[in-house]
Amino acid sequence: MLAYTIRRLLYMFPVLLGVAALVFSLFNTVGEDPVRVALGQHATPESIADLEAQWGLDQPLYKQFLDFLVQIATFDYGRSYDTGEKLSDMFAAGAPVSLSLTLPPFVIGLILNVSLGLLIAYYRGSWLDRFSTALFIGAMSISYLAYIIGFQYVLAYRMDWFPISGYEPGIEGLQFLLLPWIIYLVVSVGPDVRMYRTVFLDETGADYVRTARAKGVSENRMLFGHVLKNAMIPIVTYSMVAVPFLILGAFLMERFFSLPGIGDLMITAINNGDFPVLKGLTMLIAMGYSLIVLLTDIVYAWVDPRVSLS
Amino acid sequence: MAERRDSLWRRAGRQLMKRRGVVICFVIIACYLLVALLGILGLLPDYQERVGDSYDPPSASFALMLGTDIFGRSVVYKILAGTKTAMLIGLVVPAIAVPIGVTLGALGGYFGGRVDAFIVWFFSVISSVPYILIVIAISFVLGKGMLAICVAMGTVGWVGLCRLVRGEFIKHRHREYALASRLLGAGDLTIIFRHILPNVIHVAIITASLQVLGAIKSEVILTYLGVGIQDGSSWGTMISDAAGELVQGIFWPLIGVVFSMFFVIYALNVVGDALRDALDPKLLD
Repeated sequence: MLAYTIRRLLYMFPVLLGVAALVFSLFNTVGEDPVRVALGQHATPESIADLEAQWGLDQPLYKQFLDFLVQIATFDYGRSYDTGEKLSDMFAAGAPVSLSLTLPPFVIGLILNVSLGLLIAYYRGSWLDRFSTALFIGAMSISYLAYIIGFQYVLAYRMDWFPISGYEPGIEGLQFLLLPWIIYLVVSVGPDVRMYRTVFLDETGADYVRTARAKGVSENRMLFGHVLKNAMIPIVTYSMVAVPFLILGAFLMERFFSLPGIGDLMITAINNGDFPVLKGLTMLIAMGYSLIVLLTDIVYAWVDPRVSLS
Repeated sequence: MAERRDSLWRRAGRQLMKRRGVVICFVIIACYLLVALLGILGLLPDYQERVGDSYDPPSASFALMLGTDIFGRSVVYKILAGTKTAMLIGLVVPAIAVPIGVTLGALGGYFGGRVDAFIVWFFSVISSVPYILIVIAISFVLGKGMLAICVAMGTVGWVGLCRLVRGEFIKHRHREYALASRLLGAGDLTIIFRHILPNVIHVAIITASLQVLGAIKSEVILTYLGVGIQDGSSWGTMISDAAGELVQGIFWPLIGVVFSMFFVIYALNVVGDALRDALDPKLLD
C-alpha cells in the first residue's frame, strides 16, 4: 500500500514535466508574440528589444524553459504582462469567485443526480425511465451557450427575478450567483443522471446481485445496500476528475454574468497573449488534476486491494 | 470466427432497424448530411445575399420563414450554411481522433511495457491540461477558422477513446484466440489488426458517434470565444449574436438555430445509445 502510494506519487513528476513542456512549447514557440500584442501598432525595433529583454524572451529557449521549471518548483509564476499583478494575487482573488460559482451546484448536483439516477434505475423499463430518457436527451441537445443566453434573457432581463450580471463578495453576492447555479444544474442533470443510471444498471447485472437475490435479499435492500455501495467507485471516478476544473469555473458563465473568476482571467489572458498567467494557471490546474487522480487511486487501492496489485 | 462476427453485426443491424425511433433518427441525420452535401457542391442558396430589410420578422416565403438578420440576410439560408459547417466539423473531428485513439490504444494495450508507459504518459499529460487551452493554442498556430478547430479538436479528442481501446486490448491480448494465432505464426500486427481489433472496434464506433455531436456543440463555444468559423456561416456565430438581439426583441434567429441544432443532436444521441445497445457484447443476452 505504501509502496503503491510512493510509486504513484513519483509518477506525478514525469506527467507534470510533460505538461510543462507542452505548455511551454504551445505558448513560447508557436503562440502569438506577446511583445507585439502588448506594443500594438506603435512598436519600434528598440521598444520590442527592450520589452523582450524585460520579459526574458531574448534568452535562449532552453534557458527560458529552465526558468519556467524553477517557477513551477517555487510556485512563483511572476507577474502578468498585461496588468503587472503577481499571478499568485490574481489567483487568490479569482479562485473564491470561481469556487462560489461552481462548488455549490457541483455538490447539490452530485446528490441530486445520483439520487435521480438511482430512482430511474429502480424503475428501469417503466414509463418514468422512458420519459426521463427522452427529456434528458432533449436537454442535452441544446447548446450550453443557448442556455446561458436564454436563461439570462428570460429570468433576469424579462422577469427581473435575478440581477443580469455582476459580483459582490460575501452574502450579498448570492443574488448574482443563483442564476448561474440554476444553469449549471440544468446543464449537468442530463449527462450526469444518464451516466449514473448506466452505472447502477451495470451493477445490477453483477454476480453478487444474483447471489443476493438468490439468498432472498429484498429488491430495495439490494439496490440501496449492495448496489449503491459498489457503484460508489465509478461514481467517485466520474465526479472527482471534474474537481480541479471547478477552480477554472464555468468560463462562459463567468463571461456572461461578469464574474471575475479564474475562467474569465484565463480567457482575458488568452486574448492578450498574457503568457505568465496562462502558463501559471495551466500548471496549477494540471497539478490539481494530478493530485486528485492520485487521491482517487489511493482511495481505491485502500478500499479494493485488487487495485494495488496490478 | 468470421461467421460469428458477421452475425453480430447483422444482428445489430436488424436490432437497429426494428426500432422505429432509431430509424427516424437515421433519416433526420441523413437529411442534415444531404444539406451539407448540397452545400459542398455549392447548391445551397447564397446566405450572404440580402433578401429583405434589417431584422424582418418571419413571414410566409421560404427565404423569410425565419425572418432576416441585421444585414437583411435570410436566417434560413444562414442556418443551411451553418448545417454544412456543423456536419463537416462533425465528420472531420472523429476522422482525425478515432484513428489516433485506436492506434495508440491498441499499441499500448497489446505491447504493454515501455510502449504502454509512453502512451499512458502522453495521454495523462494531454488530459491534465484544460481542453480549451490546447484548442485555442492550436488555433493560434493554424490561424482561426474551420481547419484550426477541426485539427485542434481532433488532436485532443482521441484521449478518451485511447483509454477505452487500451483497456480492451489488455483484456484480449491473452485470450485463447490471440495465443492460438500467435502459435500459428501470426505477427503482432496481424494479431492486433486482423484478430483483436474487430472484437473491440464497437468501442470506437460508439465513441465516434458521440464525438460527432460533441464536435458540433464545441464549435458553438469556440466560435463564441473567437477562434471558430470567421465568415458567419456557423450556428455558433448565430447563437453568439443572439445575446445582443434578444434585448431588442429579435428572437427568431436564436429559435431557428436552437431548433436546427436540437433535432440533429437529439438524433445523434439516440443513434449513439442505440449503437451501444446493439454492439456492446456486455449488453447482449
